[in-house]
Amino acid sequence: MLNRVVVGAHYGLKDWLAQRITALVMMLYTLFIAVAVLGGVHDFESWRGLMAHGFVRFFSFLFIVSLCWHAWIGVRDIWMDYIKPVGIRLALHSLTALALVGYAGWAIQVIWRL
Amino acid sequence: MTTRTLQFNIYRYDPDQDKKPWMQDIAVEVDSTDRKLLDALVKLKAKDDAIAFRRSCREGVCGSDAMNINGKNGLACLTDLSVFPAGKPIVLRPLPGLPVIRDLIVDMTQFFKQYHSITPYLINNEPPPERERLQSPEDREELDGLYECILCGCCSTACPSFWWNPDKFVGPAGLLAAYRFIADTRDQATSARLDNLEDPYRLFRCHTIMNCVDACPRGLNPTLAIGKIKAMLVQRAI
Ligand code: SF4
Ligand code: SF4
Ligand code: FES
Repeated sequence: MLNRVVVGAHYGLKDWLAQRITALVMMLYTLFIAVAVLGGVHDFESWRGLMAHGFVRFFSFLFIVSLCWHAWIGVRDIWMDYIKPVGIRLALHSLTALALVGYAGWAIQVIWRL
Repeated sequence: MTTRTLQFNIYRYDPDQDKKPWMQDIAVEVDSTDRKLLDALVKLKAKDDAIAFRRSCREGVCGSDAMNINGKNGLACLTDLSVFPAGKPIVLRPLPGLPVIRDLIVDMTQFFKQYHSITPYLINNEPPPERERLQSPEDREELDGLYECILCGCCSTACPSFWWNPDKFVGPAGLLAAYRFIADTRDQATSARLDNLEDPYRLFRCHTIMNCVDACPRGLNPTLAIGKIKAMLVQRAI
């Protein structure tokens, strides 16, 4: 391969914005859960009652997607900073993406089973 | 005239002779007319003329005597000798993250490459008016805090993002200069300039660590300029 410094992939802004928006979603969801816990949600039955609401399911789904998306950008940034060989980096990127997709699916399944 | 002795601990490396860098302990007498660190360095050089460092203007204008002073980047000519606590040696090292040519002299090629990559000149294809392109006082004010940069490199070499990706991340000095032309109402290449920065490395490797602001001996704020470029990219995209 040509050994030249290549830059100019046009997704810098998109990722940066996504990182901020997903952070906002996570913050709101954390607040929501904190309020719910303070408001008396503590045992299995009350959690199940909370999760029965369509809105809560929607919000939880949004939270999990945000978490994984946020983690994807952050972890990939770390690989981009410290792992220079293209092959290893590509492998790490792929593993990270697959792991996060797997986690997201699993988490959603857990919550929707409640 | 009162004199006092200053202790120094200086990074020395001559690639032709030394296998690896070493730290030299050396003391020098200064008198009350020696106000700045650069004055002491000049005296040091008289004592051991093998010590290599750059300097020129000796008044914070040329940007050549940037170095790492007690762990912080700064200009020797703007650093008061009175700030150093007595009894502790002053530790001088070259700017971090750049290849060392010799002692306190670093190779700034990478730094200037990044500076050139943002086309640091006005682009305006209209025929120039007879005298000059005018700006309103308000438009001109936008350039305050941007044009004063002397390209000393203190900021970029204090930035971890620049250490990891000096070939791809423009760095705070280059980005400050980029915004200087983006903010200039006489420039016509705004969109091309934004395109040039809209990738995951060139601008967005900045994670707002703000080391650059802390390091700048001219009191400039590259982080603020970087934030404004990001805001403009968002504004353009939506
Ligand atoms: S704010 Fe950005 S440019 Fe400045 S030191 Fe931090 S990462 Fe580097
Ligand atoms: S912004 Fe400040 S520290 Fe950076 S190169 Fe310019 S004058 Fe030096
Ligand atoms: S000698 Fe010119 S900036 Fe210090």
